[in-house]
Amino acid sequence: MNQAVIDLQDVEFAWTPAGIAVLSIDHLSIGKGERVFLKGPSGSGKSTLLNLLGGVTVPRRGTVTVLGQDLGALSASTRDRFRAEHVGYIFQLFNLVSYLSVLDNVLLPLRFSQMRRERVRQRGGPRAEAGRLITRLGLGAELLDRPATELSVGQQQRVAAARALIGGPELVVADEPTSALDADTRALFIRLLMEECASQGATLVFVSHDAALEPLFDRGIALNDINRAGRSPHVVNA
Amino acid sequence: MSSMLDLAVKSLWNRRLSVAFTLCAIAFSVTLLLGVERLRTEARTGFANTISGVDLIVGARSGGVQLLLYSVFHIGNATNNIDWRSYQDIAAQSQVAWAVPISLGDSHRGYRVVGTDPTFFEHYRFAGDHTIVFKAGGGFTTPFEAVLGADVASSLKYSTGQQIVLAHGAGDVTLMEHTNMPFHVVGILDRTGTPLDRSILVSLEGITAIHVGWEAGVPMPGLHVTDDQAMRMNLTPKTITAMMVGLKSRIATFRVQRFINDYRDEPLLAILPGATLQELWDLVGVGERMLFAVSAFVVVVGMAGLLTVLLAGLEARRREMAVLRSVGAHPRQILGLILGETAALTLAGIVLGVILLYVLILILRPVLESQWGMYIGIAPPTPRELGLLGGVFGVGLLSGLLPAWLAYHRSLADGLTVRL
Repeated sequence: MNQAVIDLQDVEFAWTPAGIAVLSIDHLSIGKGERVFLKGPSGSGKSTLLNLLGGVTVPRRGTVTVLGQDLGALSASTRDRFRAEHVGYIFQLFNLVSYLSVLDNVLLPLRFSQMRRERVRQRGGPRAEAGRLITRLGLGAELLDRPATELSVGQQQRVAAARALIGGPELVVADEPTSALDADTRALFIRLLMEECASQGATLVFVSHDAALEPLFDRGIALNDINRAGRSPHVVNA
Repeated sequence: MSSMLDLAVKSLWNRRLSVAFTLCAIAFSVTLLLGVERLRTEARTGFANTISGVDLIVGARSGGVQLLLYSVFHIGNATNNIDWRSYQDIAAQSQVAWAVPISLGDSHRGYRVVGTDPTFFEHYRFAGDHTIVFKAGGGFTTPFEAVLGADVASSLKYSTGQQIVLAHGAGDVTLMEHTNMPFHVVGILDRTGTPLDRSILVSLEGITAIHVGWEAGVPMPGLHVTDDQAMRMNLTPKTITAMMVGLKSRIATFRVQRFINDYRDEPLLAILPGATLQELWDLVGVGERMLFAVSAFVVVVGMAGLLTVLLAGLEARRREMAVLRSVGAHPRQILGLILGETAALTLAGIVLGVILLYVLILILRPVLESQWGMYIGIAPPTPRELGLLGGVFGVGLLSGLLPAWLAYHRSLADGLTVRL
């Protein structure tokens, strides 16, 4: 394994300083360019892990290191900027901002990241790059000016993937992005997502409870196995 | 933050129907607030402009406001008259430059008749230093000539040469008329925006003449005096209702006032018109202040509508906030987004409201001028009005604080995942 993109050491998270831990991970390391399947059913501490990776929250113990940067050492607004620069997210559903066009949705991260804005400029400008990405993901570039709400769920997920990828962030985190898609579309979506991550050299962390998808990835990690807190029956966090 | 403002505008545009109604509510409330402010400023100025250049108004002893009301505004009646000899005595005082007698008590089709002498036209001042201007004809010279105020002429459609008959008393019920001695109109005044517009001016001698034989309050039975006969009588009045006094020097005002208030032969009262106008405005100004308070509350109601729209949208937008967070938005930027929406909406409402106000003024100006004698200028907003608009903007931002604060805390708690 080459240089780690994600490195968690002795991490413990709870909603209150004295509360029950909802996430407790001794060690988790994901290398550059890896495509990791993170199997996490409800209650496994999945949401918490995603929030930790993006620097939205910080653990009460241990260190979360992303791209060599200890997120706990940064201020809240610096973590937000770090997320904007280096991490792309794809959610399960409702990924798009309803009042923006497809183009504006894809370009959304550029509003918050100078670095990604600059990369897109070098690749031929925002519109060209957005068009290239959604075409690569199997959508017609003519969709760019359509309102986001006119798209089908499958189309919306591809737009979300384009948004996560635009400007070449080093890490792409996908949270159940295919659960609303049918089986055929699902495999196609994952294949296209992986191809584009590979061409940009991005690391992909793909979270799902659907074990059938695991063979598509380089490596599978069961969150229940590494999260000691996740085994507790008292945990209600989804 | 500019990227958030752009998002705010797009988000508002997406909800344009509900936003449009909120915008209208804010715009209308702003128009109402400024309109009321303009009207009351205009009313106050118009009120203060009713009479000027007169140092003292003298009448029988009563209340100062009452004297002002019946002598200047022609509202109500005098309790008592002034003896003609008192008038002559006061007019002859060394500090007195001029004294214009006023005799009230008759009317013509609801309009008060003011008996006075020709010097009235040269001494009466209104709206600062404006003098009376004749739109047609000129002042009266003989006892049976009349000059009409602008409103009287326009609403009764009279012109010079018209014959009019005065009625005894002032009211709308059928009154006894001085049919034996008609007056004819020799002049029509330009609009003044004062009660003068609704008055008919005649000479004191005319008033005296039509009351020959009316000493008991009704005509003596069997007595029929023609105007020719009256003209041959001594038409010097025995009493008048009030008088306007101009002094040679303002410094003497209080001395002359005291002299009149302590007058030996009959109980008299002298008032300073400016001071009593202020006193009267303090009385009637309550309504004006109430109107202002109501319009201010309408603004608050408009803002409550804004708050409702923002709050209603907030729950549905939790996903949107999580998406914005995921692409790197700080919770403070989420706060900025909601505040930006509020600011944009309030600002648009204010601009729309001000435009609406000027359109309304343009449309209503002729009506206000002809019906109420109010002149509303198309002036740019005064500093006070700008202050009011600033206040409206402040209230708008304030009402945006609650939803913005809610969105801020939810986005902190929700993070990237919303539990729906």
